[in-house]
Amino acid sequence: MTVNDYLQIGLFLAVLLLLVKPVGSYMALVFAESPNRVTRFGGHVERGIYRVCGIRADEDMGWKRYALAVLAFNVLGLLAVYLLQRVQQWLPLNPQHFGAVSPDSAMNTAISFVTNTNWQGYSGESTMSYLTQMMGMTVQNFLSAATGLAVLVAVVRGFVRHGTKALGNFWVDLTRGTLYVLLPLSMLIALLLVSQGVVQNLKPYVDVPVLQATSYAQTTQDATGHEVTKNVAVTTQTLPMGPAASQIAIKHLGTNGGGFFSANSAHPYENPTPLSNFIEMLAILLIPGGLCYTFGKMVGDTRQGWAILATMLLIFVPLAIGAVAAEQAGNPALHGLAVDAHASALQSGGNMEGKETRFGIASTGLFVAVTTAASCGAVNAMHDSLTALGGMVPMWLMQLGEVIFGGVGSGLYGMLAFAVVAVFIAGLMVGRTPEYLGKKIEAHEMKMASLAVLLPCALVVIGTAIAVLVPAGASSVANPGAHGFSEILYALTSASNNNGSAFAGLSANTLFWNVLLGACMFLARFPLIIAMLAMAGSLAAKRHVPESAGTLPTHTPLFVVLLACVVIVVGALTFLPALALGPIAEYLMSAH
Amino acid sequence: MSKLLRQSFLLLLVMTVVTGLIYPLAVTGVAQLIFPRQANGSLVVKDGRPVGSALIGQSFTDPKYFWGRPSATTPMADNGMASGGSNLGPSNPALTAAIKQRIDALHNADPGNHAPVPVDLVTASGSGLDPQISPAAAQYQLARVARLRGLPVARVQSLVREYTSGRQLGVLGEPRVNVLELNLALDALR
Repeated sequence: MTVNDYLQIGLFLAVLLLLVKPVGSYMALVFAESPNRVTRFGGHVERGIYRVCGIRADEDMGWKRYALAVLAFNVLGLLAVYLLQRVQQWLPLNPQHFGAVSPDSAMNTAISFVTNTNWQGYSGESTMSYLTQMMGMTVQNFLSAATGLAVLVAVVRGFVRHGTKALGNFWVDLTRGTLYVLLPLSMLIALLLVSQGVVQNLKPYVDVPVLQATSYAQTTQDATGHEVTKNVAVTTQTLPMGPAASQIAIKHLGTNGGGFFSANSAHPYENPTPLSNFIEMLAILLIPGGLCYTFGKMVGDTRQGWAILATMLLIFVPLAIGAVAAEQAGNPALHGLAVDAHASALQSGGNMEGKETRFGIASTGLFVAVTTAASCGAVNAMHDSLTALGGMVPMWLMQLGEVIFGGVGSGLYGMLAFAVVAVFIAGLMVGRTPEYLGKKIEAHEMKMASLAVLLPCALVVIGTAIAVLVPAGASSVANPGAHGFSEILYALTSASNNNGSAFAGLSANTLFWNVLLGACMFLARFPLIIAMLAMAGSLAAKRHVPESAGTLPTHTPLFVVLLACVVIVVGALTFLPALALGPIAEYLMSAH
Repeated sequence: MSKLLRQSFLLLLVMTVVTGLIYPLAVTGVAQLIFPRQANGSLVVKDGRPVGSALIGQSFTDPKYFWGRPSATTPMADNGMASGGSNLGPSNPALTAAIKQRIDALHNADPGNHAPVPVDLVTASGSGLDPQISPAAAQYQLARVARLRGLPVARVQSLVREYTSGRQLGVLGEPRVNVLELNLALDALR
């Protein structure tokens, strides 16, 4: 690793940590129970929306009602995205005249965007009309993130409130999250991205003449079935256009990750400079990081929030450094060739397959860790071409359950499930009824928390087993040997943790994969939300237990280490055997 | 339940208008006003006509041009309609074979050059449209381009320097050379 590698990681962490408190305090105001300067400022717009939609803002929903509202809203959203893709050929803002998306791909994409996964089974620049990108993709980028925010706030209210069945109002939480948090920040980020060169227009694609004409060989079959090869001259290049920046801003801020273009954030029109790359990384962790502080504010003890953030950093920082180090070390397969892969003042060196020159190793390795620690899944390099160990980092970060920052809202409520499990384990050790944030953790809470922790693990393992056994699954693999298995494991890991990045060599736009991954994405999102809301509902009804000498403090370094251990142990025990067959086997075979 | 569905439907409709129409159109309006060049693709204009984008790489195979990053897009390299990388795994023999082929092509274009090839010049970029190469990859090709164009090395060297950007803010990313702009400038010398 070079000095600059460390500098880039350090600068990123410093800026992120500086923003945690201001962003977190702001969000605490947005979701506060009592009116304040933020909610008064937008009060008119908010009340207008409620009036149009027939919503009573003062309705306090029990957990079941809250969960039903989440489900109804998201299933309708899913249908809207599906329909839009199926009829886009008849709608305006389609300058390239793209036809309807196939039913299985459209359904997969609809589930993927509604569940905040944003698995990208399609190629944006050659499939989706501008209208679909705006009114389908962009909208769900906002609403899936706002759903995560709302559910988190409801879950935290479960700890804060006592003697009630109500967790708040989903419509109000969703509207406030969108209007006060996501929209203004997206607007700012979108314009910053445009300043760096991200496109934002509604124009048709631009054809330009190329400076040097080239040609390629095209093989076709003639009338008699013989293969004919002819040379096709290339004299022009088509530059894709579109309203990209507005979507890319929320794609990162909302930890969505579905790209406007096929190459996602590796595409120069989606991520043109090192600074745009820095902004995009920051946007990914901004809300998940800030929410830790919001959480502390809401429970009336900011130390609780810092402890959660410390746990996340304790796992994140070493893995981020590990990803950069593995990529900087380069690909051992090239050692015998006349290739210079050493870092110097003139080049980043390292493993550059699938990477962009402007990002080199540090800006790529850090992005890899950021996008998979959070459940974003945007990529600024092709993860399939990462080194064996460099590729294991994103895989394992996802397998930890997307709680190391994780998705907007979903990361923190996932982490709270782990915290409940951690205090339970600590309670077992000392033989006391466990408490967290002044609430007794009993059988019902433990069941729901365990469900939330184990469900994604089960989906990954079972899904991978199915895909490996069924020819329709295994035949989609692009790379031979252990790496081929890694492609399958990565796909199921990504879908079942609502991440959305891929080892993209896998041909996943097939009926089998669209259905399998669609099912995983859906099951990893909504049953988990229901389990967490059920836990919160039962917590809200309980009394506050006053702190006593026997209470395990949950803001101390001891608890931070305990929580980190629980997260790591669950992730390691579940996935070590599978990882041994994929990236670890590939590493050992290439090591000599 | 029907009340819940009605509220869901109406709120989805309102939010679709706000985040799916008003927001992207507002960003488009402001972007076109403040950053028209960037918002429209950072086009490079020569004699009033666009000849490419400063952000999108083009394919160069002629030894008198600087070559860019290899591109794995199909059916042709640097296809703007099908961005993406090779997705070849590190241990895939096809990756090593492709890299060997690229090293051979560079050696054929410049038989006297026995220096090891900078890694970015023989590995496919992530987007398949990478507009830039490392300064090391430019130095590797410099003597060849100067010789084939009958230009003094120092002249080409100063052009390379002109189209080299350093790390942004001194820290971020990597130093890099824009290949299309450099080649356009080389052609303009004649």
